[in-house]
Amino acid sequence: MSAYLSIRNLTVRLKNGPVILRSVSLEVAAGQVHGLVGESGAGKSMIGKTLLGTLPRAMEITAGEIWLDGTELLSQSPADRRRRIGATAALIPQDPLTALNPSKRIGPQITRRLVDILGWTAADADARARELLDEVQIPQISRVMRSYPHELSGGMRQRILIASAFAAEPKLIIADEPTTALDVTVQKQILRLIRNMQHRHGTALLFVTHDLGVVSKICDTLSVLYAGKVVEEARMQRFFMRPIHPYSQALLAATPSYLDPEGSLMPVPANVIDAVEEEVRFHDIRAGTR
Amino acid sequence: MTALRNILIRLSTTAVTLFGVAVIVFVVIRVVPGNPIAMMLPPGATDDDIARLEALYGFDKSIFQQFLIWGAGVLQGDFGTSISLRQPVADLVLGRLPATLELSIVALVMAMLLGGALALMGTLYRDTTTEAAVDVTAGMALSIPDFLWGLVLILLFGVLWPIFSISGRVSPSLDFDFATNFYLFEALLRLRFDVVGHLLSHSFMPALALAIPLAAIIAQLLKQSLKETMHLDYVTLARTKGYSEQHVITREALPNAVLPTLTLIGVQFTFLIGGTVIIERLFSYEGLGNMAIDAVINRDLPLIQGIVILFALLFTVINLLVDMLYVVLNPRLRHA
Amino acid sequence: MRDARAEVKRPIGLRLWLSGGWIALLALAAIFAPLIAPHDPLAQDLFLGRMPPFWMDGAEPGYWLGTDSLGRDVLSRIIHGAQIAMIVALVAGTITCVIGASLGLMAGYYRGWADRVISRLVDIWMAFPPVLFAILLIAVLGPGLMSIIIAIIVIDWTRFARVIRAEALTQGAMDYVASAQVAGRTRFSTMLAEILPNVLPTVVALLTLEMGIAVIVEAILSFVNLSISTDSPTWGGMIAEGRTSVHQAWWVLVFPLVALFLTVLSFSQLGEGLKDRFDPVLR
Repeated sequence: MSAYLSIRNLTVRLKNGPVILRSVSLEVAAGQVHGLVGESGAGKSMIGKTLLGTLPRAMEITAGEIWLDGTELLSQSPADRRRRIGATAALIPQDPLTALNPSKRIGPQITRRLVDILGWTAADADARARELLDEVQIPQISRVMRSYPHELSGGMRQRILIASAFAAEPKLIIADEPTTALDVTVQKQILRLIRNMQHRHGTALLFVTHDLGVVSKICDTLSVLYAGKVVEEARMQRFFMRPIHPYSQALLAATPSYLDPEGSLMPVPANVIDAVEEEVRFHDIRAGTR
Repeated sequence: MTALRNILIRLSTTAVTLFGVAVIVFVVIRVVPGNPIAMMLPPGATDDDIARLEALYGFDKSIFQQFLIWGAGVLQGDFGTSISLRQPVADLVLGRLPATLELSIVALVMAMLLGGALALMGTLYRDTTTEAAVDVTAGMALSIPDFLWGLVLILLFGVLWPIFSISGRVSPSLDFDFATNFYLFEALLRLRFDVVGHLLSHSFMPALALAIPLAAIIAQLLKQSLKETMHLDYVTLARTKGYSEQHVITREALPNAVLPTLTLIGVQFTFLIGGTVIIERLFSYEGLGNMAIDAVINRDLPLIQGIVILFALLFTVINLLVDMLYVVLNPRLRHA
Repeated sequence: MRDARAEVKRPIGLRLWLSGGWIALLALAAIFAPLIAPHDPLAQDLFLGRMPPFWMDGAEPGYWLGTDSLGRDVLSRIIHGAQIAMIVALVAGTITCVIGASLGLMAGYYRGWADRVISRLVDIWMAFPPVLFAILLIAVLGPGLMSIIIAIIVIDWTRFARVIRAEALTQGAMDYVASAQVAGRTRFSTMLAEILPNVLPTVVALLTLEMGIAVIVEAILSFVNLSISTDSPTWGGMIAEGRTSVHQAWWVLVFPLVALFLTVLSFSQLGEGLKDRFDPVLR
């Protein structure tokens, strides 16, 4: 199975500041769902940002390679990279409330890009948008396409963003905590929807989240990120049966619904965190990234 | 329904404001020492002559009666007769209004272009020395009022490098018959671009003087709200879709960032029109403000009243229009 | 908390030094005008009309910045003009500030009918073109220094009232004000002890800004010939005269214009700088 997306030894740091990502490597196979798990501040959304070229200006990439479908991206000019990513990848953003432009109607927000960037005809783009909105189970499609974002619920907007992400049949979708901002009941529907869409379209999916529960429902493989470093990479079943890294074990123990469905919530013990930090530093010194 | 109610409330407060302006100007100018009638007549006029003229203009009645008579006239569109120019005030004032409106609109367009360009430049090159330069320029431009910019421009483009006309609205040599007093708009509609060029070479400096402080305000505000908008998710999403940075700023961020700036432009535009009074004087531009200063110097009470009321009406109408424009442009308010 | 942070010394920026320096220089020139000025600002000498400044050909020794069409020394007139500019800036600026800020504070803090009356007045004032209003007032009051000061106060109190009212409204809604009142302070003493210190940085910034505006208003009134008597030296009067002869003697316009420009710029930069320095919330 060849990797569709392959990140190798990616190191990102604040300009003249601390290192944010330490020699991160991960792979997403074509048509597979890869989970990227970590606490907030672990640097997981920075990986998505590096990939999509939306890294804040205060940060710089100091080392690493990103291979997308056999092409290395970081050696290309930013404009080329942007065009290439725009054509092959798409993002499902975290907060559906702020991810749609408030001054534009829904229809054009899905179709404009197909016309502008990918050169579709307006009629094709419109038909495609309707098809996808139907696929994500939006009722009254014509009315919705004429609406402004503030007229729709959060769940509706997230469905629209999902439809929009799949519109150009991208080979890779990055979902950045796509359910975090939603109600618990809506979360499940959206998760199922993303999984179904991914299956049907055969898209590779990089699913960024802090929630192991969500990962268990949707992913095939996962990477655990801690303090800017990948501490464990595993297939789903193996990970849940036999996590290797102490941080993974602690994280799993702190997730309510898995090991002990009725049991109490266990916080990650402080000594484990200390131990992991020690180990991460040790690795860094050896790898010479600090 | 609530929209209609809001408009009615706005209209009633507008009426109160206009009434207040009328009362103040009416009372203030009647405290002026010196009899305007006596000044009109040649020396040696008898008291009888003065009394007759006073009766003609109604100055023999009490202030309260005068106000009632004047107010009743105004409601019928009769603003009285100018003492110094001996023509109906309404005709005089409406004859000059187009000149001032054209100057203000040219200035507004200049301010929006200049300020918008500065804001976009500062946003595109944010966190660089270019942005710092934009900030300093805007800060300086804002500190200096239009009157001083006018004088600086006269020195620059009237004396040092004399490429623009320094006085008047048209040159006497211009051979063109205008059917209206909206010279610029008329020339544009009749596609006489040579005349448009001539008119613009006359209004360029006064308009620029008026535009500079407003351009600075627009640059500061628009840049700030653009920078805030640039952090929002939908802008990031647009970037990942493969759009260029210029496209992201102008198409995604700008339409949303422009709204707060727009409401402010309403108030600032009335300030700009207020500035035309002295700028028209400075550039000998035959507009309403220039006429107003002459009216004050000549103690022409009916003309002063007419001009001040017209300015007040203009200001309140502009504020009303901007509020309505805001509702039209903001989809969130439109359906609320 | 607030006091402690305000005490923290911040470096005085370059712009504070430059703008403060120019204002100080001007104040000294105003106070010692008769001693510094090389000539009598009113002395005419028709044989010395329109002499250029010292570095140009044909300059008259001793008349550093040249002479106007009546042969009066430009430098001496600028120095004496600084007197009137400074008096107007200080007196008109301060009184306008006290009246406008008090009204704004009352409107924003007490709200109710006080706010309704004051806000309505501000609305009416905003419907007047300020320059026309000033000219009208001078026509009523007659020319003179007092008239100018009164006109500036009457026109510009709304600038303070508007801004301070808005600030007092937001401050008044904060919890610390409520807790001060629960602790037994009267409304009036709460206003002075809790609200006033928090709006003070804004008041200071507006005050210096207003001083610059006062200088400009005086110049504008002189320019339309409605200021003080025609022969006392004012920058605006000099500019008006320079404007008519700008093609023959540019220096008559340029030097008073530079003085006015620097003064207005300095006042506004001083205000911004002081605001940054004293605002406990900023930096």
